[in-house]
Amino acid sequence: MKPATRVNELYKKSIISEMQRQVNAMQAVRSLPLEKNEQKLSFLENSFVDKIFPTTAIHEFISYENVTAAATSAFILSLANTFLSKNRFCLWISLNDIVFPSALKQFGIAPDNILFTKVSKPKDALWAIEEALKCSSIAFVIGEVPELTFNESRRLQLAVENSNTTGFIHRKNPRIENTVACNTRWRIQPIPSFLDKGLPGVGFPKWRVNLSKVRNGKPGVWDMEWVHDSLRLINNQLNITSNAARKIA
Amino acid sequence: MTKRIISVWLKYLKTDWICRRQPHFKELPFVMAAPERGRMVVQAVNPIAESKGIYKGMVVADCRAILPSLQVLNDIEGLSDKLLKALAEWSIRYTPVVAVDPPDGLILDVSGCPHLWGGEKPYLKDIITKFTNFGYHVRVAIADTAGAAWAVSRYGQITPIVDSGRQLDALLPLPPVSLRLEPTTVSKLEKLGLYQINSFIKMPRSALRRRFGQSLLTRLDQALGQEIETIVPVKPIEPYQERLPSLEPIRTATGIEIGLKQLIEQLCNRLEKEGKGIRKANFKCYRIDGNIQQITIGTNRPSRSTKHIFKLFEPKIANIEPAFGIELFLLEAPIVEDIGVEQDMLWHSSSHDEVAVAELVDRITGKLGDVVHRYLPAEHHMPERSIKIATSFQELPTTSWRTDLPRPIHLLAKPEPIQVTVAIPDYPPILFHYNGNRYTVKKADGPERIEEEWWLNDGLYRDYYCVEDENGGRYWLFRLGSYNTTEPKWFLHGFFA
Repeated sequence: MKPATRVNELYKKSIISEMQRQVNAMQAVRSLPLEKNEQKLSFLENSFVDKIFPTTAIHEFISYENVTAAATSAFILSLANTFLSKNRFCLWISLNDIVFPSALKQFGIAPDNILFTKVSKPKDALWAIEEALKCSSIAFVIGEVPELTFNESRRLQLAVENSNTTGFIHRKNPRIENTVACNTRWRIQPIPSFLDKGLPGVGFPKWRVNLSKVRNGKPGVWDMEWVHDSLRLINNQLNITSNAARKIA
Repeated sequence: MTKRIISVWLKYLKTDWICRRQPHFKELPFVMAAPERGRMVVQAVNPIAESKGIYKGMVVADCRAILPSLQVLNDIEGLSDKLLKALAEWSIRYTPVVAVDPPDGLILDVSGCPHLWGGEKPYLKDIITKFTNFGYHVRVAIADTAGAAWAVSRYGQITPIVDSGRQLDALLPLPPVSLRLEPTTVSKLEKLGLYQINSFIKMPRSALRRRFGQSLLTRLDQALGQEIETIVPVKPIEPYQERLPSLEPIRTATGIEIGLKQLIEQLCNRLEKEGKGIRKANFKCYRIDGNIQQITIGTNRPSRSTKHIFKLFEPKIANIEPAFGIELFLLEAPIVEDIGVEQDMLWHSSSHDEVAVAELVDRITGKLGDVVHRYLPAEHHMPERSIKIATSFQELPTTSWRTDLPRPIHLLAKPEPIQVTVAIPDYPPILFHYNGNRYTVKKADGPERIEEEWWLNDGLYRDYYCVEDENGGRYWLFRLGSYNTTEPKWFLHGFFA
């Protein structure tokens, strides 16, 4: 009797995991398995469904100040560098041209692969972002718009599902943090860099990364440092429970 | 293919134009006169005055004696040239090669065009009707050569259509003046009783040359097609051009779309054969009221994809105002470039990616203007000049991007002045004020001195410092000049990640 129930249980489990996969597919939580860097950022990937960073998705970033905006730009690039293919063109659509191409190389993205698009109206920016996300030959799209309504985010999400590109929406100074259909919501805050005692100067870029919302995953907060082409976790102490992360958000 | 040339003769060009502008002159005998050696000499005569025996070149006083009711208008200098040029440009609807034939004619190279109007007869008829509707007296003739067409349009009695290769037959009964000869040669020929081309064309060429000069033989050969006569078109012809005349004036957007699609297909087929792609294209709509509506597109990479080019035109179709209707569509590609054979369409290769991205950028620039830029490193130390805009997708950096010096990820287009407190000159500040906030500097790096390039610009050097405040915000500050002479100014130039 006993071995039979065990087999039964295993069978049930396999059915449940199969159904979970189908549900995930319906909810557009698709992602391509990636070989590289899996070890390095496992702490981050544990937050996502199937423990894989979703590449066919829209990621939302929120910033309010100049320095947080700069940190957010850099963090987006380091994510793209870690998880996405780098040898293809990508679009950076924004309402101003504050990004300095010369500095992008240190985050592992070749600046001449980026097509900088500066538009004057947020409406045009959204149109351009959607058009770009529909194009499967684009590696990723960074769009800087202050406001994003639920419907607009849904449109972007649909565009991404058909083309398998990745969208990063960077909202600078949004009026309200409304609910959107993006897969994740991030908040990046620069924190004082770390230097060995007695050393002068400024250290490596260091950020408090707050993944405050993630669909079907668990949010978290980490301190990270960008050192020589890769993201590094500083300490795991901050990896608090999802409820606490929501509170911080 | 043999050439077919049309000659248009507007005998009463100037007076017809006056009648068009002031219709009451239609019923009156009038001349246009200009002073010449202290007398008023007739420059143009209208048909009514001409029937009364008044000719060009007469003195106005004599004309008044013949016809006291004659109206005399002042001749306008350069009028006929201006009118002919305008008419020539208007005639581009019939053929792309239109030349002005002063003082009162046009020459149209219509090779390969008449079949679009259903043959030469309807073609000529259409031209005559259009000009007559404008109010011009017009005579036209079509022949293989400009000379024959000119002669038949002015002096022909039988038919305006000279069949291909039959110039000689058409010319034989015409007077020598129809060969566009100089007046002295004409009077010489007439003096000798040679009133028809028939009577001297069979004479030995050497005899003709001796008596009348080389010009007579040249003109004869030109008329018969033995010597090439080049005509200079008013508008240089775009080598890549497709045209589509419509039977009925088209007024709807759907109609325009259909015409545009057909033209793009024709042009792309041709470009595919020649291995080229469009970089710039103009779509022109000739309206029946003479106005030309035009929309233009540009691409970032030569393209001959019908779908893509139509997509670029599509949002602009709404800008075309058809008014009473469009009678001719014209698509031309002023800039084309070579493209390789698209052999990689089978695989999802990088070149296929590039085409897709180029099409995306075309769509964005088509709608929003020139907003997409790619940057390459430039060999300058000044941050503002250290990047340059790439001219094309294929352009690669000539030098690699530098990573050895700290550069902020966000750079202000214009450095913003800040107030600082500095402990010791040539040291980073201990605190600074920016936008009404106070920032205390905890860590600092620098200075990195960047000199202004004297061969480009005058200015003081900048000492750049990377500083970090107590909250972890990292900034790029610089001091302009030194503390030697006066208090130097401090600026915030960027934000580090």
